[in-house]
Amino acid sequence: MAGWLSNVFRLGLKELASLAADTVLAAFIVYSFSFAVFSQATGIKTEVANAPVAIVDSDHSLLSTRIRDGFLQPYFRRPALIDRSGIDDVMDRGVYTFVLDIPPRFEADVLLGRHPSVQLNVDATAMTQAGVGGAYVESIVQQETRDYLHTHGVDDQIPLTAVARTFFNPNLEGLRFEAIMAVLQNITMLSMLLVGAAVIREREHGTIEHLLVMPVRPSEIAAAKILANGLAILVATGLSLLIVVEHLLHVPIQGSIFLFLGGTAVYLFAIASLGILLATIANTMPQFALLAMPVFLVLNMLSGGVTPLESMPEPLQLAVQASPAMHFVKFAQSVLYRGAGADVVWPQIAVLSLLGTVFLAIALSRFRAMLARVQ
Amino acid sequence: MLVSEAPAIDVSDVTHRYGAVTALKDVSVSVPVGAATAIVGPDGVGKSTLLGLIAGVRRLQSGAIRTLEGDIAKAAHRDAVSPRIAYMPQGLGRNLYPTLSVYENIDFFGRLFGLAASERHARIARLLAATGLEPFPDRPAGKLSGGMRQKLSLCCSLIHDPDLLILDEPTTGVDPLSRRQFWALIDEIRADRPGLTVLVSTAYMEEAELFDRLIVMDAGCVLADGSMADILARAGANTLEEAYVALQAGSEAGTRTAFHMPPRTARSDRPAIVAENLTRKFGDFTAVDGVSFSIEQGEVFGFLGSNGCGKTTTMKMLTGLLGITEGRAELLGRPVQAAELETRMRVGYMSQSFSLYEELTVRANLVLHARLYRIPAKELGPRVDEALQEFDLAAVADQQPMRLPLGVRQRLQLAAACLHHPEVLILDEPTSGVDPAARDMFWRILGDLSRHEGVTIFVSTHFMNEAERCDRVSLMHGGKLLAIGSPQQITASKGAATLEDAFIAYLQEADNEPSTDAAPRQPPVAAQPSTRRASGRLRASLGRTWAFARREVLELARDRIRLAFALVGPLILLVTLGYGTTFDVENLTFAVFDRDQSIESGRLVESFSSSRYFKEQPPLSSEAAIDRRLLAGELRVAIDIPPNFGRDLINGNKPEVAFFLDGANPFRAETARGYLQGVVMSYVEDLSLQTYGEVPDLTPLQVDTRFRYNQDFRSVFAITPGTIMLFLILFPAMLSALGVVREREVGSISNLYASPATVGEFLLGKQAPYILLGFSSFLSLVALDGLLFGVTVKGSPAALALGAFLYIFAATALGTLISSFVRTQIAAIIASAIITTVPAINFSGYLYPAATLEGAGRFMGMGFPSLWFQNVSLGAITKARDFAAFYREYLVLFAFGVGYLAVARLFLRKQEA
Repeated sequence: MAGWLSNVFRLGLKELASLAADTVLAAFIVYSFSFAVFSQATGIKTEVANAPVAIVDSDHSLLSTRIRDGFLQPYFRRPALIDRSGIDDVMDRGVYTFVLDIPPRFEADVLLGRHPSVQLNVDATAMTQAGVGGAYVESIVQQETRDYLHTHGVDDQIPLTAVARTFFNPNLEGLRFEAIMAVLQNITMLSMLLVGAAVIREREHGTIEHLLVMPVRPSEIAAAKILANGLAILVATGLSLLIVVEHLLHVPIQGSIFLFLGGTAVYLFAIASLGILLATIANTMPQFALLAMPVFLVLNMLSGGVTPLESMPEPLQLAVQASPAMHFVKFAQSVLYRGAGADVVWPQIAVLSLLGTVFLAIALSRFRAMLARVQ
Repeated sequence: MLVSEAPAIDVSDVTHRYGAVTALKDVSVSVPVGAATAIVGPDGVGKSTLLGLIAGVRRLQSGAIRTLEGDIAKAAHRDAVSPRIAYMPQGLGRNLYPTLSVYENIDFFGRLFGLAASERHARIARLLAATGLEPFPDRPAGKLSGGMRQKLSLCCSLIHDPDLLILDEPTTGVDPLSRRQFWALIDEIRADRPGLTVLVSTAYMEEAELFDRLIVMDAGCVLADGSMADILARAGANTLEEAYVALQAGSEAGTRTAFHMPPRTARSDRPAIVAENLTRKFGDFTAVDGVSFSIEQGEVFGFLGSNGCGKTTTMKMLTGLLGITEGRAELLGRPVQAAELETRMRVGYMSQSFSLYEELTVRANLVLHARLYRIPAKELGPRVDEALQEFDLAAVADQQPMRLPLGVRQRLQLAAACLHHPEVLILDEPTSGVDPAARDMFWRILGDLSRHEGVTIFVSTHFMNEAERCDRVSLMHGGKLLAIGSPQQITASKGAATLEDAFIAYLQEADNEPSTDAAPRQPPVAAQPSTRRASGRLRASLGRTWAFARREVLELARDRIRLAFALVGPLILLVTLGYGTTFDVENLTFAVFDRDQSIESGRLVESFSSSRYFKEQPPLSSEAAIDRRLLAGELRVAIDIPPNFGRDLINGNKPEVAFFLDGANPFRAETARGYLQGVVMSYVEDLSLQTYGEVPDLTPLQVDTRFRYNQDFRSVFAITPGTIMLFLILFPAMLSALGVVREREVGSISNLYASPATVGEFLLGKQAPYILLGFSSFLSLVALDGLLFGVTVKGSPAALALGAFLYIFAATALGTLISSFVRTQIAAIIASAIITTVPAINFSGYLYPAATLEGAGRFMGMGFPSLWFQNVSLGAITKARDFAAFYREYLVLFAFGVGYLAVARLFLRKQEA
């Protein structure tokens, strides 16, 4: 065991030296944990923000003007006025996500209590905005009309008061979510590609064979790669969280960052083992690239970090139980957003360790077979 | 030879540096037309650099070179003479394409030089006949032996009937028989075409003796230049090898003697290495076929044979690197087992190619070895220093191996293999590319280890004078052992004069070939003048582009795995992401802390549990449980119903119900909040209906919401067009990104440098097949999307296809651009993954509408092709739009493609540095 540890340590130092020598690679790692995170967090809007609205005002009344003034920044852009004949065109081109069509005699009909209809066109290809935004638009229209009618008594007619309070992110800022998810996605992509490609590179340069002639076990080689590359990414993650996420983006981090980094270390073990496993399947670098790309895409897209997990079809929900990324996102959301402690997240850590061990065991059993195949 | 004629090559005062390393120092030589000249010297002395400069494939730094009556530094002259020059780079068939057949390889070069089809066929037939490759035109180049590969490489060089033939170490790593055949072939060609100038470099001194004129080089300088006789006379030596050592040392050859192995005094008769009927198969190919031998302790056992004959495979089986298909191998009295570490501590191994770490210093490599072999810490320092001294590495101890010449690197490998004082050394071609003086030193060390320390040495080599120093040698060919015995025995058994002759006799016997030069062959090069067609420039250019494209297609078609991954990968992803990526918020878990437990509170809970958006969990028992279970991520919503809720409701006291939402995912929380309001409203309406018999008039107007393009508000309609957009940039960009950089790593990019093709033709030719591949992927994705998800193209399919074509053109051009500036395949993978995924997923209107983008994200989106194609994809598939709507998008996508290619063209130079 002492020998094993000593070999892993020596090989790990070698691995770090190799990583440090590749400046292009290092530059890309720095880029993806800094600028990429920043632009993803600030660029993406999952909440209704800045939504483009147009109004077809056939009424030209006080009420219709009032409704138009009801759309406020930062949720909506100032609504543009367009012709009814232009609706199809602007919606086809995706210029406006919402087009509100106010009919002639609208104000008059409202005053007469005829319950007139306004039509709201929603571009339903903009899934993240359409549903929530549509509800916003509707409530703005209703509210402005009620205010205009001075019917303040609506609330009185509802016999109960519903108070909604949001935990962990009271204003539901998308930035908080995206910033941390961007970091997690980088961890997945980089650790898998780095470790897997490092195995293929050693194979293409023949150095891995040389190691296997020495009194070195495959498990030592694999462990050294996981530890060294994992350490590099762990440090990058920590710095990215502290400098980019917390300091530059002002995203509060609820839980213990040490607990998070500890869990990340376990995740890195799992995902790097998966990278090594993929490297033992592919024969060449292009094959590895083509194999790894779908894997990390699926891991990232179906991790719960992009879309909610519980809406996925049942069989898929079952399948993603084998995805380390899913458990990691769950873990990270608990710790970083909800401030959960180890007592809450230990099951995820246990599953991640288990998955990593399984991946690594399969990878090691394929190690020598892989060397024979490149002949 | 006419004195008045201008020389074919005139080199004056050429100096060439790679960073701090000077490869050539003030070299001046000239070569007359029609002469055969050899540049002699080991690897790393500047031979290849000089040849590359003469051929115009390397950029001239200082000095002047006139090749075929013109300044080779001038692009116009290079373009004019490149069809008259043939350049064969170093390395066994490095410029060949291993998966292409013999015929296809030559055909590619023929097309590159613009030969018409009929002429190509005729010439290939002649060349194959002349080189003896006729029987296997369909065999992939990668499956040829070293000798055959070099002959094929020569065919490729000769297809365009050059006036100047430049061969860079054409026979390194080739068995003696093939070497002889190769030089005989060159002689025939020269006899056939007296005007042909031949310039060759070689590390085999004995081969250089075949040439009219020699240029002897060492450390970037010309040591001697003249005929063989002149040089021997000047150095006062009998053989060129001795002369070289003498010239190198600047002294007379007589002052030092060549190394002779001291005789062996038998120590033990216990065998150190035993192989019995050892066999290894790779699929249906038998690499090693029933090999048996036994090597005594302390014996030096030589292993001879051409590249690809099974030597390396045998050695790898003995070290446990490769499994044994049949038979048995024993090392130091124990059967060879992969998992056994004890035996490995007692063995040292040196592989054929450099297999230490390029990025660590010489000392660090040795220290790493010492640690891994468990040399105690206090012995470690002295042991490493001792090795540095013994192998003459002290001066370079702090340099990285990648900057060192091959000979030094080989010494380092040997030092590492000997560091732990092994009992057995297995050395796979340790002296390939090492200069004669260094080889002597090498053998002195081996002799010392064997004779004084009793180390068993199993060594493979191509050099006959090294084989003669072994106690016993074995000849291997085609996976079988042809002979085994002491060098004297083997020579005597064939009644030959030298070991080399005996070896050749064995090889001929094995191949059933009567004699090398008996069969009268057709002249390999056409006697009639070339009928190269003077067709239009555009036509020629298209021909070359087509040559590159056709070659890429052939290679792609052979790599079934890559092809399958490229076509099936996106389909699998479409299915997974189509089902999995959904913004429909459903199954929201909720639990109730009901402090009232009345009929009214029960009804409120029921209106939630009957909603399809919510899923009830076990009730909450305390206020603390609300926090706990939200924290654990078990609940999305916790509902707190106060005591006396029912009574207050009926009495009109407006009880307050609290909803606690998990805001970890803001999108989900926002949507959940909307659902909550809806459920509460319908509860109120129901309540009022029951109590007053009417629904209260809460809204003064009606809002009719029309979800356009996606009436059912299903995610697949919104997601899959974007998913197609995503894959059509990720896969084509990744595939083409590996294209150029792979040729650079493998070495076949030299064909671009040495041919009349332009960089533009090369890039377009390489890109075209990936456009086709991407387009097939596009068609299959759209078809599957329709079949599986019912997402059919509502608009014009042709408009979508045109957009996809332009988009894939831009994506592959981006890949080409990445490929032109990165240096390694890893960097190409990481760069294309990062460059494409971030903007395509986040800033192109895929998951988040493009209209809402702000700041840096907006610029990243606009400055990347994905956003533009997303407009086309969504527009044509879900919004039923036509050509007229996409003019701007088409233009922008086309401009991206052209722009990327233009930048790639700037990065990729037609010459090496």
